[in-house]
Amino acid sequence: MVKLTINGKEVQVPKDTTVLVAARSAGITIPTLCYHPRLKPNGGCRLCVVEVKNIPRLVSSCTTPVSEGMEVQTETARLKEVRATIMKLLLSDHPVECINCRATDDCALHELTMFLEVHENEFTGERRKYDTRDGNPFIERNMEKCILCGRCVSVCEEVQGVGAIDFAYRGFKSKVCPPFEKDLDCEFCGQCVQVCPTGALLGKMWDRGLRLGQEKKAVDTVCTYCGTGCNITLNVQGQNITKVTASERHWNEGWLCVKGRFGYSFVTSPERLTEPLIRKGKELVEVSWEEALDYTAERLKATKEKHGEDTIAGLASARCTNEENYLFQKFMRGAVGTNNVDHCARL
Amino acid sequence: MQSQTGFKLATSLDELREVVDKYKDTQGTTIPILQDIQEHFGYLPEEAVEWAADRLEIPRSKFYGVATFYSQFYLTPRGKNIVTVCSGTACHVKGSEKILNRLTRDLNLPEGQNTTDDMIFTLEKVNCVGACSIAPVVIINQKVNGKAAASKIALQVKKLGKEEDQA
Amino acid sequence: MSAKSIEIMVCMGTGGIAAGGDLVMDAFYSQLKAAGLEANVQKGCSAHKVGCRGLCAKDVLVDVIVDDNKATYEYIKEDMVERLIEEHIKGGKPVEEWLVKEDYHNFHDKQVKVVLADCGNIDPESIDAYIGVEGYKAQEKVFKNLAPTETIEIIKESGLRGRGGAGFPTGFKWELCFKNESDQKYIICNADEGDPGAFMDRSVIEGNPHSVIEGMAIGAFSFGASIGYVYIRAEYPLAVERLYLALDQARQKNFLGKNILGTGFDFDIKVKLGAGAFVCGEETALIASIEGERGMPRAKPPFPVNSGLWGKPTVINNVETLANIPAIIRNGAEWFASYGTEKSKGTKVFALTGKVKNSGLIEIPMGTTLRTIIFDIGGGIENDKKFKAVQTGGPSGGCITEDMLDLNVDFESLAKVGSIVGSGGMIVLDEDNCMVDVAKYFLQFTQSESCGKCVPCRIGTKRLLEILEKITIGEGTAEDLVRLEKLAKDVQSASLCGLGMTAPNPVLSTLKYFRDEYEAHLEGRCPAKACRQLLTYTIDAEACTGCGACKRACPTGAITGEKKKPHALDQELCVKCGACFDTCKFNSVGRE
Repeated sequence: MVKLTINGKEVQVPKDTTVLVAARSAGITIPTLCYHPRLKPNGGCRLCVVEVKNIPRLVSSCTTPVSEGMEVQTETARLKEVRATIMKLLLSDHPVECINCRATDDCALHELTMFLEVHENEFTGERRKYDTRDGNPFIERNMEKCILCGRCVSVCEEVQGVGAIDFAYRGFKSKVCPPFEKDLDCEFCGQCVQVCPTGALLGKMWDRGLRLGQEKKAVDTVCTYCGTGCNITLNVQGQNITKVTASERHWNEGWLCVKGRFGYSFVTSPERLTEPLIRKGKELVEVSWEEALDYTAERLKATKEKHGEDTIAGLASARCTNEENYLFQKFMRGAVGTNNVDHCARL
Repeated sequence: MQSQTGFKLATSLDELREVVDKYKDTQGTTIPILQDIQEHFGYLPEEAVEWAADRLEIPRSKFYGVATFYSQFYLTPRGKNIVTVCSGTACHVKGSEKILNRLTRDLNLPEGQNTTDDMIFTLEKVNCVGACSIAPVVIINQKVNGKAAASKIALQVKKLGKEEDQA
Repeated sequence: MSAKSIEIMVCMGTGGIAAGGDLVMDAFYSQLKAAGLEANVQKGCSAHKVGCRGLCAKDVLVDVIVDDNKATYEYIKEDMVERLIEEHIKGGKPVEEWLVKEDYHNFHDKQVKVVLADCGNIDPESIDAYIGVEGYKAQEKVFKNLAPTETIEIIKESGLRGRGGAGFPTGFKWELCFKNESDQKYIICNADEGDPGAFMDRSVIEGNPHSVIEGMAIGAFSFGASIGYVYIRAEYPLAVERLYLALDQARQKNFLGKNILGTGFDFDIKVKLGAGAFVCGEETALIASIEGERGMPRAKPPFPVNSGLWGKPTVINNVETLANIPAIIRNGAEWFASYGTEKSKGTKVFALTGKVKNSGLIEIPMGTTLRTIIFDIGGGIENDKKFKAVQTGGPSGGCITEDMLDLNVDFESLAKVGSIVGSGGMIVLDEDNCMVDVAKYFLQFTQSESCGKCVPCRIGTKRLLEILEKITIGEGTAEDLVRLEKLAKDVQSASLCGLGMTAPNPVLSTLKYFRDEYEAHLEGRCPAKACRQLLTYTIDAEACTGCGACKRACPTGAITGEKKKPHALDQELCVKCGACFDTCKFNSVGRE
């Protein structure tokens, strides 16, 4: 363990902890934009700079490891000034049209202007302008709103191992883009959307509708797409899902794939089956679960008696959990008496 | 596969393979590969870069990021004659900007464009060629011209242009 | 024929070649041969190239040595070779009017050459020439007679500090690396000389590449690196070529390679060509670049000496630093420390350029005054104009004014007045240079070279530049000046790497010493008459002879007039390029 003081308060943390994490563990807030707990620190936004005794320059707390006896200040007048300047610089290269931005209620940039009490856009000058290239059905990219924090680039490379996007050009002309600035061409897992702190990356299907007076809720549930069982949060307003997010607290660390993140429109689809159906004559007729199960059991029994158990095969689904699939094969082997069990993902 | 710039990948594949394969299984090769591709084609054709990236299993985005980061790389073909005006400090205080302005006007280059439409000239400025004692310096097709005067350089460029016309 | 030996040395650095050095050399070769001189000389006749000797402004410089009597000629062109051979070599009478003048000697006499000692004297393409001047003796001593800790101790005692800019003590850096245990360590020679207006690294590698290689080998041996890299700008083709050649020669003689000098120690050097990014002079960006990434710096700590190239302990030394090493080992730490000031030991190479008569590469003991450098070595200001300031340290440095000319040049003194030694660029400015324009120039440079990773540098330098641009076209306000200063200080504090931290220095330093010039611009005046938009050109009808020179020079046809009659200038068409002003021989074009 390493002992240090932050704003005069003694803090004890394991070796190799960064100053930022140490401060947060002690309940001290340091503003950040590019920092993400699951990604390698970048150190580019410079909002998390702190003063350390005997180091003349300011250091970024997200990249600096703690050391024994370190004395850190996170809230001096100088730091406030510098952070405010950084914020003003960011705003001077950002379309400040928050009333039209779909990310306004979920924007770290907006939150930080409040936190740092930056109320005006002091600097005028050139702002980056881009043509939009956005042919894909999932991810909306408003790159003029990008603050180049690099989280999307990191998540794509470090977590997904894809590298569909990277920084290009340099200096003021820097941008994040797919190779040769073509349209985004990837699996659209949307991890980049998840980590984006501004409105630069959004889900295209996220609900834009206005539902005045309808209650907003966050419903934690488990993704039904596969046996992995990622924890997801449905952001619901009234009877509608506005978007799907995932929390870093859960075992999937907030990561999702394209299906879990964007494939939720089936929930409210009018074509969705909500009751079991049995074909009666030419028609498929809605029945109760009791009836459906009884009918299935009866037919299985009859077939087994008439034709033998090996004339029956069971196909399980990749969308079931391990436990469900285990039970299914147990059922096929134990109750039906056949080894003809397979799985849709093999087909 | 043919790009707008007239680059044909298929005809260059064999050569490209040779360029790229010597870097297989070594670390930190993005820049030398791009340097080699550029040496070979005179610029970095998109198809060639993508082909190399795929062959080495390095994300294409990484190559694009590197190619746009360093000022030595060109993503579009360059002119037949390269005129480089040094704009190091010594050259700047001795009037390199005048030379640059003069040549830009003479070559009819609109803002943001540094190669003439007929692909005869590319006009560039470079940070410093380290020949400050003979500032200002202009390099025309790799020949260093020291203590360059705008009018003299303009004349040389004009002459080169005429030679191209006759050729 | 009485001469026993004839030696011709032609300066063939980048400056020498640009002035026609290769043609002069060829002329000597062919004409000496044609005259049958080669065969008739007892001790031999040789014409060979030498690296840069500093005073490139007088190129092509040629030494003619007949029987150990040396004469140096300046401004030699190929068509002058015949007379040199005829009168000097055959006739035994040097061509007086072509000999170098007093200023050539003044230029060299006050210098102390350690790093540049052999640049300009030996053939850089011959390892034997280097060995002939005690080259690789130091490496042999270190490899055979000294323990690694002893070598490091010598370097520490010498007081050598990094010549790349920051001035970190070299011996300590080596020691830190030595103490780090690792299966692999690296030494990198930083030859990515990016400062505009600096060319000492280029000249050292062009003039004496083996001294750098020897320095690297000594470092590698003492802290245990088996692989070295030279990261060098691709804009220096001649230096690259000579470096490759020198590496090959060193391998052949087993100064590099396996089991060097029978010690069992392996070490080799690879060359990495930079691809054009100033920020790659920053250690961590340089490492990223060698690793094949975009040259974006990362925050320190960890420092490269703990976690550098591929995460391994890495020492990065500048070219000049490394070139000092062999001399320190050969002559001892005390000898080196006898030069310089208390905290800045040894000599430093500067690229003295700008509005100075003898511009070129100079090497002086640390602590020499600026006055000595500019007025004795440099010979004063060109065209006898008035000295205004000297800018040191390039885009990371600052300006020093006339009243500080007696300042000793060393790390501490320059830092005290808001400038830096930096990599050693020294640009002399005269009354015609506008200080706001100079600040704008450097900001333009750093802004376009910013990697874009951190906000203060990416957007901050852009906004600084925009404010400066506003000022230089006469649209600046008093608030802009306040904003400029505040933003400059914040960018300095908050940036991630050295580039951003030092980028505002030229602004802050000019604001400090030349605030009046900034204020003049707010009123729409450029005192130095350099800011284009603030100037108006007029033709004085009484003085105009109607020669038509300005009319021909004008690119936009703004000047009209009949021959031998006063010409007129149409302000609407004038783009203020100044071509008329420069061409007029009768002072009849006015500039206000």
